[in-house]
Amino acid sequence: MATAKETRHLSLGLDSERLQAMYRQMVLARAVDRRMWVLNRQGKAPFVISGQGHEAIQVAAANAMRPGHDWLVPYYRDLAFCLALGQTPRDFMLSVFGRAEDPNSGGRQMPSHFGSAAHRIMTKSSVVGTQICHAAGIAYAARMRGLDEVAVTCIGEGGTSQGDWHEGLNWAGVHKLPFVCIVQDNDYAISVPHRLQMGVDSVAKRAEGYGVFGVSVDGGDLLSCFEVMRDAVERARTGDGATLVSAKVARFTSHSSDDDQRRYRPQAELEALLRRDPIERLRGYLLDEGLMTEEVDERIQQEATAEVDDAVTYAEQAASPVPEDALLNVFAKGA
Amino acid sequence: MAVKTLIEGVREALAEEMERDERVWVLGEDVGRKGGVFLATEGLYDRFGEARVLDTPLAESSIVGVAIGAAMNGTIPVAEIQFADFIHPAFDQIVSEAARIRYRSNGDFSCPIVIRAPFGGGVHGGLYHSQSVEAFYAHVPGLKVVIPSTPEDCKGLLKAAIRDPDPVMFFEHKKTYRLIKGEIPEGDYVTPIGKAAVRREGANLSVFAWGLMVHYCLEAAEAVAADGISAEVVDIRTISPLDKPAILASVEKTARAMVVHEDNLTGGFGAEIAAVIAEEGFEMLDAPVMRVAGPDVPAMPFNKPQEEFFLPGPERIAAAMRKLASY
Repeated sequence: MATAKETRHLSLGLDSERLQAMYRQMVLARAVDRRMWVLNRQGKAPFVISGQGHEAIQVAAANAMRPGHDWLVPYYRDLAFCLALGQTPRDFMLSVFGRAEDPNSGGRQMPSHFGSAAHRIMTKSSVVGTQICHAAGIAYAARMRGLDEVAVTCIGEGGTSQGDWHEGLNWAGVHKLPFVCIVQDNDYAISVPHRLQMGVDSVAKRAEGYGVFGVSVDGGDLLSCFEVMRDAVERARTGDGATLVSAKVARFTSHSSDDDQRRYRPQAELEALLRRDPIERLRGYLLDEGLMTEEVDERIQQEATAEVDDAVTYAEQAASPVPEDALLNVFAKGA
Repeated sequence: MAVKTLIEGVREALAEEMERDERVWVLGEDVGRKGGVFLATEGLYDRFGEARVLDTPLAESSIVGVAIGAAMNGTIPVAEIQFADFIHPAFDQIVSEAARIRYRSNGDFSCPIVIRAPFGGGVHGGLYHSQSVEAFYAHVPGLKVVIPSTPEDCKGLLKAAIRDPDPVMFFEHKKTYRLIKGEIPEGDYVTPIGKAAVRREGANLSVFAWGLMVHYCLEAAEAVAADGISAEVVDIRTISPLDKPAILASVEKTARAMVVHEDNLTGGFGAEIAAVIAEEGFEMLDAPVMRVAGPDVPAMPFNKPQEEFFLPGPERIAAAMRKLASY
């Protein structure tokens, strides 16, 4: 007898192979993320910032997009998103070590400041909120050029207090742009809780005020996330307008390696977070529904570990930038 | 060649570049049907349509932010900030984003945008329609800062800015829009960014200026010529990159240097030019470098006597020239 859950994933057009692939992407991102903290504790990585707990919405979004065709204008927790769009653990570890070969920035930016023209992942600064206007501009240009590209941008719930967030959403609404803003709401902007950030439980409630579609989703449930993102991307591509997605997620780690969330989050709250692990939830679903065996899961975990090992070995041995090269790429050559 | 106003230089450059390259488009407040509050974009809406001549929401940060995004996706936006005084909300987008996109991506991305803004006083604009903002942006590597003072340069430099692969701040002195007339060459031409121009040859002292101040310096030079003082007037044209060789060549000739700008004195761009001359041309000097600038008050007052007090005019500049010449 078919269960409700089975009909759910099949109704989304996701077979076991596709679901497993998405699971693999989440597992890989988690493995990379955990390793960077180890490197930090070993004194090899001066600074790390994490996406642990955010993997489901990111992987779902990437799988709802056309990689290399649609755009991601990311924020600093989008490790799983960028890996799912085609960046590699090596690409990321090269940035953790600040190596010359780092494709994101040549070791210039802190890790997790993603960027890759080839993958259409726009280069990100550390400024919170500016990227929302960039996504609106990318979407406007796509419309002007008659291209069916979609611009997806991410931000935390704290970032939605910025003027640029408001201005970007306003543009998306005015022009019904092919634009999706995913707010990864993990309840904390460093230490400032959701209740001191906004007067609504879900920022998606603001959508009507901008003339965009608004939807709140359990950001830890891959299938719900995929459904929401598939619809949002479709809506954008067919010219039906922009979407504001509020995805509730769990922030497993402190804000960054320079923060200790035990100072401002109650112990019980931190323990409860663990029950919201998006990877465990998908794993349970796959095993319960017979879509993946324990053996396959074990192999996926081992392969992820091996890939991370390779990336760390490669990045650790890679060359550091030449000091004087700090002078390059201020302007175009010869300009 | 036809005699035209400086703002016609803006308009012709925009129209010709939009005609030449369909990636070029303009955005800003009131740039569409109205043609801009100064009519810099007059006629473009009818000719190129709303999508490429876009009236934006009243939000400067997003005007620049959207332009940056649109530049990522294969277009060349020319963003108009209605008055330079209102550019400050976009400072973050200009400085943290546009200026650093090539650098922080190690050359993977570039940001070919132009940000045009009318600046400067002398038009009873008061505190918030008179400011000079060039020094803020001259301090930012990754930006080019261009200030034309003649119709010919305005058109040629704006075309160069649009064709430049990096972000260019293009400041037009609003008082020169219709006051300053000159010949604009027929046909397509580009005035290279990064080159100063000697507007009047002289032997006794060198004056460096940009925008409206170039014209006031020329008037002053004419006035002191009657006293037997031969002043050379150099139009800096592009604050960044700065044409240091042209500055030093002029100082080598005259041994006396003065910088004139209407921005207030302290931390104004005149300080940088003075530093360059002191550092690289000290041996050539017969007198200390002199600066003539607006006073260190927050901004230019609205009422006529105080506006005139603020703005360096030909008489004040001429007096400074006489003082420098007699040192």
